Amino acid sequence: MRTYAGHSDAQRSNELYRRNLAKGQTGLSVAFDLPTQTGYDPDHELARGEVGKVGVSIAHRGDMRTLLHDIPLDKMNTSMTINATAAWLLALYIVAAEDEGVAEGQLQGTTQNDILKEYLSRGTYAFPPGPSMRLIADTIAYTVTHVPKWNPINICSYHLQEAGATPVQEIAYSMSNAIAVLDAVRDRVEESLMGEVFGRISFFVNAGVRFVEEHAKLRAMGQLWEALGRERYGVEDPRQLRFRYGVQVNSLGLTEAQPENNVYRIALEALAVTLGRDARARAIQLPAWNEALGLPRPWDQQWSLRLQQILAYETDILEYGDIFEGSKVMDGLVVELVQGARHEMERVADQGGAVEAVDYMKAALVESHRERWQRIESGELTVVGMNRFQETEPSPLTAADDGGILVVDPAVEQERREALEAWRAERDEGKVRAALDALARVAKDDGENIMPASIAAARAGVTTGEWSQTLREAFGEYRAPTGVGEAAAVSSDDVAELRDEVERVSEALGRRLKFLVGKPGLDGHSNGAEQIAVRARDAGMDVVYEGIRLTPSQIATSAAQEGVHVIGLSILSGSHAELIPAVLAALKEAGAGEIPVVVGGIIPEADAAALREAGVAAVYTPKDWDLNRMMRDIVGLVAERNSVPA
Amino acid sequence: MSELADRLRAGDLSAAPAVLNLMESRAPGARSEAAELLAAISPASLGREAAAHVVGVTGPPGVGKSSLLSRLVAAWRARGRSVAVLAVDPSSRRSGGSLLGDRARIDHDPADKQVFIRSMAAGDRLGGLAPATRAAAEALAVAFDVVVIETVGVGQSETEVADAADTVAVVIQPGSGDVLQFLKAGIMEVPDVLVVTKADLGRVAERAMSDLRSALGSLGASDTRVVAVSSVPPPSCIDELLDALDAHRDRLDLRARRLWARRAHALAEFAAEYGEHGLRSLGGRRQAQTWLAELDPGLDVPALVRQLQERTRG
Repeated sequence: MRTYAGHSDAQRSNELYRRNLAKGQTGLSVAFDLPTQTGYDPDHELARGEVGKVGVSIAHRGDMRTLLHDIPLDKMNTSMTINATAAWLLALYIVAAEDEGVAEGQLQGTTQNDILKEYLSRGTYAFPPGPSMRLIADTIAYTVTHVPKWNPINICSYHLQEAGATPVQEIAYSMSNAIAVLDAVRDRVEESLMGEVFGRISFFVNAGVRFVEEHAKLRAMGQLWEALGRERYGVEDPRQLRFRYGVQVNSLGLTEAQPENNVYRIALEALAVTLGRDARARAIQLPAWNEALGLPRPWDQQWSLRLQQILAYETDILEYGDIFEGSKVMDGLVVELVQGARHEMERVADQGGAVEAVDYMKAALVESHRERWQRIESGELTVVGMNRFQETEPSPLTAADDGGILVVDPAVEQERREALEAWRAERDEGKVRAALDALARVAKDDGENIMPASIAAARAGVTTGEWSQTLREAFGEYRAPTGVGEAAAVSSDDVAELRDEVERVSEALGRRLKFLVGKPGLDGHSNGAEQIAVRARDAGMDVVYEGIRLTPSQIATSAAQEGVHVIGLSILSGSHAELIPAVLAALKEAGAGEIPVVVGGIIPEADAAALREAGVAAVYTPKDWDLNRMMRDIVGLVAERNSVPA
Repeated sequence: MSELADRLRAGDLSAAPAVLNLMESRAPGARSEAAELLAAISPASLGREAAAHVVGVTGPPGVGKSSLLSRLVAAWRARGRSVAVLAVDPSSRRSGGSLLGDRARIDHDPADKQVFIRSMAAGDRLGGLAPATRAAAEALAVAFDVVVIETVGVGQSETEVADAADTVAVVIQPGSGDVLQFLKAGIMEVPDVLVVTKADLGRVAERAMSDLRSALGSLGASDTRVVAVSSVPPPSCIDELLDALDAHRDRLDLRARRLWARRAHALAEFAAEYGEHGLRSLGGRRQAQTWLAELDPGLDVPALVRQLQERTRG
């Protein structure tokens, strides 16, 4: 039982962890901020507005030591949600433990370390697919011999569902991903270790509110996993063949409207992964009720922890054997899912495997998500409080002075920059240089394991940004596919009127209405931006969509050069207060200050008012789920700004 | 006299967005302004052909055109040349809208004022170019050192690009047998430079190169350069490709090629306005081309379009 936590700097997060452990939490789940996840130091241009926002900022071994202060590392199980830079954060963890006199062989925990889902959904990748798979294989090969109790990778199907995956897609793509990882490791370890490697692979799955089907999904994954171990990798030990998974229940279905209802959703979703013993999660992490509003406060996290404790200690679910044994309905569902997944896995394999099929899978997910959204819009899919039963009394939960969410002190970023400067000033530059040179050499030699050089760099005081930059230079930069190009067009009836209006306004403008959809900063949650881009195209606009991770000056340059009529910016990481004004300023500087800007994201009302004050034409939040209405607003805005009569 | 033309003639690169907005506009006022601009930057007004090297880069989706362009843009910049990229993407036939995503895939410093990238939707035009691409390329060629026209497709799209560019590079990846077939069957015209990407694949890339060379040889086009490049680190042979593009341009009878381009441009404009019916009244496309070829080479594009219009009336 744990809650995913961490914010600001190492010291504040350490205090939070120690409080949570005192309340009965049994392990740590570390949330890192986006610069740490994507390999940038707090003083990098792209880190602006993101430092300490969605997690803790860790730039070097000193930060890691502070983060783990007074926490017994020989006993603690630490789960780190870290992917692109997993090898580095593991190196820092090993060195921090070494400083405390704990040997690496005693460490227990998990690095998420799953890169494919970053291309498909979460967006915090740093390197191209090939070298990323090598980093994963290196950490697995290293831990299996040096840190045997470590789970070096947690293959995530979770984020696939968040990106719109159907249960079949969630199973098939995560299993295909596992195959790609295992195949890569097979080249790097002795054959005799493959059983051990297989047994150390764990999964991180999602559980949605259709909890009966979701339970079947987990049983299906268990079956497929065992078959994969036996058939492809020759594993025979039943202990190694067990499908081990942790779970974070669904965030996609959590609503901003009537957010208190999310508590029920979370409870039902938790049942999906606990009800049947044969497919029960080993670790559960529950989101907080207010995730769609902003960052949860400690109290919100406590509320989630209590739900897990009630399930475990008050209910009787742990007292029985598998309650679905012999159920025809459950068995039928499982068979259906296994067959569907096998079929989809073949399609991925036909393209050469998961790495080669990233484009295909991304496009399939964008398409599924689009379909789901259309069903919500048409009312075919009910989301209580959002597209049905919208009437509500004012909620006392969101009436607090803080709006019911946690606000990270904006001074943290400046503090972190200064602390980093001090760290750099105090370390031995010669040693740092030598460690980075050695790292660069290893990076270029595919035959060598990256871990020892990374651990040496951690000892020398190298920073997160320096480690990543060295690898970026060796591996090259990468932009993941956006998947939007292939998305099917919505049926014409739904958008016919909208298209007529786009045509009319375009005709009056002299050229087709052109719309820039941008994602400033490091936030990789691109689902919303992708759906907006696809719908705008379907409405007949020319849409410039460049994917994630753009600097304000990139956005401003694009807007000016492309001659767009309107700009839509999407931010879900909570950094809108810094980044949006920065984009507005960059637009003015690029001579494009007159282009109207709309903003979408998880934006509390107080911030929305401030953004409008700063010149943003409109602010959209998850409660604006009707995309056609949003499009009509945007067309109207362009018409108004260009004096096109209604 | 067009203010934008003055800015282009003075080498003011910041005029580019406004030039594109104007060229893309179908509003009547904008169209006459665009015609004035084209007349003001015609060789007759300039006293020479516009100095830029207009390079067409085309190839099937997924071959790595954007990564290649990233490297090319960087290499041109390293040689001190300013670069404009016109990236043409297809439009949805159903909605008329489009998704334009290429510019982010072309690495460049957003603060570098010597690089201009514009995405253009092809609209309902077939053939690879957007309605305003030719006019935009002609205008930008006055101020930029290099103007790139990037289009997607193979088989037909390079034909239109060839009408608009000084040098056409077709980009393919190792193992794309269809290109070989298209070349042999004459579905595809022989490009000026053939670029094989993913040279890091080693043997596969080398085999692709030798297949292409022998195909070109049997077509009597053995002076077409074939260059294998790798855009992934460490990038290779980018400078060699640049040299091959430059060498083609140096050999070229630029006056003749540009004259051809302007006449093709005028005919395309005319066809877009008057359609099949208009072309028939000129006696068909081929006859129109022959007739155009006899006109005064000094005529600018708007004047050529007017001539065609008058001919249908006459």
